[in-house]
Amino acid sequence: MIALLWRDLRLATRTGGGLGLGVAFFLILCTLVPFGIGPDRAALAPVAPGILWVGALLACLLSLDRIFALDHEDGSLDLLATAPLPLEGTVAVKALAHWITTGLPLILAAPLFGVLLQLPVQAMPWLVASLLIGTPALSMLGAFGAAITVGLRRGGMLLSLLVLPLYIPTLIFGAEITRRGAEGAATGTPLLFLAGITMAVLALIPFAAAAALRVNLR
Amino acid sequence: MSIWEYANPTKFMRTTNGALPWLVGAAAVCCVGGVVWGFLTPDDFRQGSTVKIVFLHVPAAMMAINIWVMMLVASLIWIIRRHHVSALAAKAAAPVGAVMTLIALATGAIWGQPMWGTWWEWDPRLTSFLILFLFYLGYIALWSAVEDPDSAADLTGVLCLVGSVFALLSRYAVLFWNQGLHQGASLSVQSGERMSAVYRYPLYLAMLGFFLLFLALLLIRTRTEIRKRRLAALQAREMRA
Repeated sequence: MIALLWRDLRLATRTGGGLGLGVAFFLILCTLVPFGIGPDRAALAPVAPGILWVGALLACLLSLDRIFALDHEDGSLDLLATAPLPLEGTVAVKALAHWITTGLPLILAAPLFGVLLQLPVQAMPWLVASLLIGTPALSMLGAFGAAITVGLRRGGMLLSLLVLPLYIPTLIFGAEITRRGAEGAATGTPLLFLAGITMAVLALIPFAAAAALRVNLR
Repeated sequence: MSIWEYANPTKFMRTTNGALPWLVGAAAVCCVGGVVWGFLTPDDFRQGSTVKIVFLHVPAAMMAINIWVMMLVASLIWIIRRHHVSALAAKAAAPVGAVMTLIALATGAIWGQPMWGTWWEWDPRLTSFLILFLFYLGYIALWSAVEDPDSAADLTGVLCLVGSVFALLSRYAVLFWNQGLHQGASLSVQSGERMSAVYRYPLYLAMLGFFLLFLALLLIRTRTEIRKRRLAALQAREMRA
């Protein structure tokens, strides 16, 4: 499993374009929003938590099809499927690799972009905490969507149609934590809900994703 | 005599062929009867004549949810017992469910404009219906994207299971996110009478009508799918010969 993780990380960092792309997209999105709704601090601050979360979500979506597509093209996914490691484990490791290469940079960059969007300083720790708890679920659900669409030629659009509705609960609680953090309200309840969703997703979705992969490799 | 006999496509086709005309007729009578009877009811003293849209709105909303549940059951039957008719029924039900969701949303908007003063409000019920519609769209899109019918049935089945969990999760997550404007249930099994009988009986009839309408459409569409599958099999045999 660790060897597979290192392999995926090396592939992601050395093939170029993959690693920084999500963060760059996130930056562009956060730059475009003030052009859309005006530069006022009073207008930006209330929507900043939502924009940051939606931006992170879309940036995460951008690199999803890479989770399985390349391995499916060159046949290494078939090898992985016949390897002693159960396919569920492969899915989990690949989602983890996606999280390290996409989710983690987003989390590190999010406070900087929060400054751009006038997010109050007291909300920063909550933004990072909510992303830290929420993004693993995004990567895992994305792996499920990628597993379903891996064999399709026009999978990209379909992938977003399938995956984005699944992101709704995570988005609701994640943005709620950040918003409450900005207002200085108690964040315990949404934090627990978000953690619960992430735990359930991490525990159960690998099985669904592996089932979908088996169908596509048949 | 068990329900599993209808897993045999030939048996399914023969039985539904006989039942379909009766079903279509009953659906037409109940739908038209319910809506017309509903239209002839007196105006509500606060809502005026707008209340009559309830005879379209409530049955459509009820079917929108129940069709998804039916698809979930059919997908489970396909995944566990591999009956093709079941997978095709799930496929056939999805567009009907999507249209029902759309009818519920549209009639709700038409009613909401004069009553709430807005076409749309991010109310939990409205939002979760919109989310349900998105799930229908994804499900239908996946069916049309996968070429191999068995793989498509498997993949959409898995999607339906995961989607059901997340549709339910979203339903309760949006409660957390925004408080509602939508009134509570118009009909309820436990809490007795909330609606005057003048409105209740036409509503029951319209609900029955929508259910029969769904059943008729489902059978017609499933029969089409079975015929399409047979045609594809014949063509494949032709190609090989």
